[in-house]
Amino acid sequence: MELVTDFFSGLGFPQWLAMASASALQIIAFLLVVALSVAFVVYGERKILGAMQRRQGPAMVGPFGLLQSFADLLKLMGKETIIPTQANRPVFVLAPILMLVMAFTAWAVIPVNAQWVIADINVGILYLFAISSMGVYGVIMAGWASNSRYAFLGGLRSASQMVSYEVSMGLIIVCVLLVAGSLNLSDIVMADRPVWVQIMLLPMLGVFLVSILAETNRCPFDLPEGESELSGGFMVEYSGVLFTLFFLSEYANMVLMSAMTTVLFLGGWLPPFGVEALAFVPGVIWFALKVCLILFFFIWVRGTLPRYRYDQLMRLGWKVFLPFTLLWVMVVAGSLLVFDALP
Amino acid sequence: MFEALAFYVFASVLVASALMVITARNPVHSVLFLILSFFNAAGLFVLLGAEFIAMILVIVYVGAVAVLFLFVVMMLDISFADLRKGAMQYVPVGLIAGGILLLELISIFAAWQFSPEASKNAAAPTPEGVENTVALGRLIYTDYVFAFQAAGMVLLVAMIGAIVLTHRQRPDVRRQKVSAQNARRPEDVLEIQKISSNSGV
Repeated sequence: MELVTDFFSGLGFPQWLAMASASALQIIAFLLVVALSVAFVVYGERKILGAMQRRQGPAMVGPFGLLQSFADLLKLMGKETIIPTQANRPVFVLAPILMLVMAFTAWAVIPVNAQWVIADINVGILYLFAISSMGVYGVIMAGWASNSRYAFLGGLRSASQMVSYEVSMGLIIVCVLLVAGSLNLSDIVMADRPVWVQIMLLPMLGVFLVSILAETNRCPFDLPEGESELSGGFMVEYSGVLFTLFFLSEYANMVLMSAMTTVLFLGGWLPPFGVEALAFVPGVIWFALKVCLILFFFIWVRGTLPRYRYDQLMRLGWKVFLPFTLLWVMVVAGSLLVFDALP
Repeated sequence: MFEALAFYVFASVLVASALMVITARNPVHSVLFLILSFFNAAGLFVLLGAEFIAMILVIVYVGAVAVLFLFVVMMLDISFADLRKGAMQYVPVGLIAGGILLLELISIFAAWQFSPEASKNAAAPTPEGVENTVALGRLIYTDYVFAFQAAGMVLLVAMIGAIVLTHRQRPDVRRQKVSAQNARRPEDVLEIQKISSNSGV
């Protein structure tokens, strides 16, 4: 950050303009990387699902089909954007835009390496939680504004699903905060965690992984778009560019949730298991590899599990995860207090 | 300069969207404007240096309360034309009530006297070098711990009350018992018999 600011002041920019240009550059760099990663996550998903189902996956566009996502993007952009006559126009157009904006805004506080973060704010984890809880509005607005029964049912399902799983996600975050003693994401990564504390956090990691599946409406919790009963759910009326925005934001949210898991549980940019010998690899690479690991989990689950029934989903969220996380917050807090390991 | 600019942007959008909440013709639009005004209020809190309260405002009100609000409003089946038909006859009553309230507020404000101790307490900025979140936590869990816990108990009682009031037992409905389903074993329900032909079980 300072380096880029100095570069712009060297060009004869006044101080505030240099700062603003440096921030703008950083933001554009983050956006580009996230958007590109989305394109390759889509490609990777199709390839991995192909391998799991013993077929090739995309192989025609570019070497190994690497450019498939870009071809798809061009095709989607070329389609006509249809807005139903009975739809509520402003809300209908706003919904996918809001969803994508929320998926990208959250990246402002994610530290991808030591000091590599756009906004190093004190309440980073709360900001992340707040922004990710806003994502539900895109879905619920799309469902309502489409003026279609299928879309509306999809929006309602999604709203209750995301609100239910946020409760246990909040309690899991409380656990991590107790161990780290800070709300700043960089401090959470750097927090010193003894081995027994990490073992205590393992069940929380499991619950968190299931919760992010529900939070991003991914398989096996993809009821909001369940094509067999809702024929596409909340995005059934969308086409062309507006559909592309939904598509992009779904995958951007997946990458975001993987980054969140990496920061909270997998040690962010640090080498795995604290092996010093691996520290020569740049932190960004470790961060990207860990994010890829979680993304693989997303895709693996999709290739393996059938869809949950709606009441099973709600039961799991409220009757299993909520009591368990509540109990575990007390267990973690109590043992930290007893063993005098509070930060 | 930048802070003043940000303040005016947040404040003007807040006031404008708050106005839209009560003037929008569609109740769903009203709720969406309400969410926008919550968001801008959070921005004002950030400018004040109260970032914890700003984030909690977004998480609790925008992320949870307003979602349920939107949920309910979307499900309502209201005919907006019928709703507006009889609205004009309430205008005089509304004007009288609003006028009385305004007069009362003016008289209260005119007769208000600040106690000298209160003005000293009001100006208690966050100590230098202490984060807003840390300062808030220290205050809540030391000086005001009993008041805080009492507030929590009140919320708990309200929650239990809401559940008790709305919960109803329906003996005629067969309930799904997941633990019983999971506990079923093939040995309990399946019986394999060797059947000789032409005899039946």
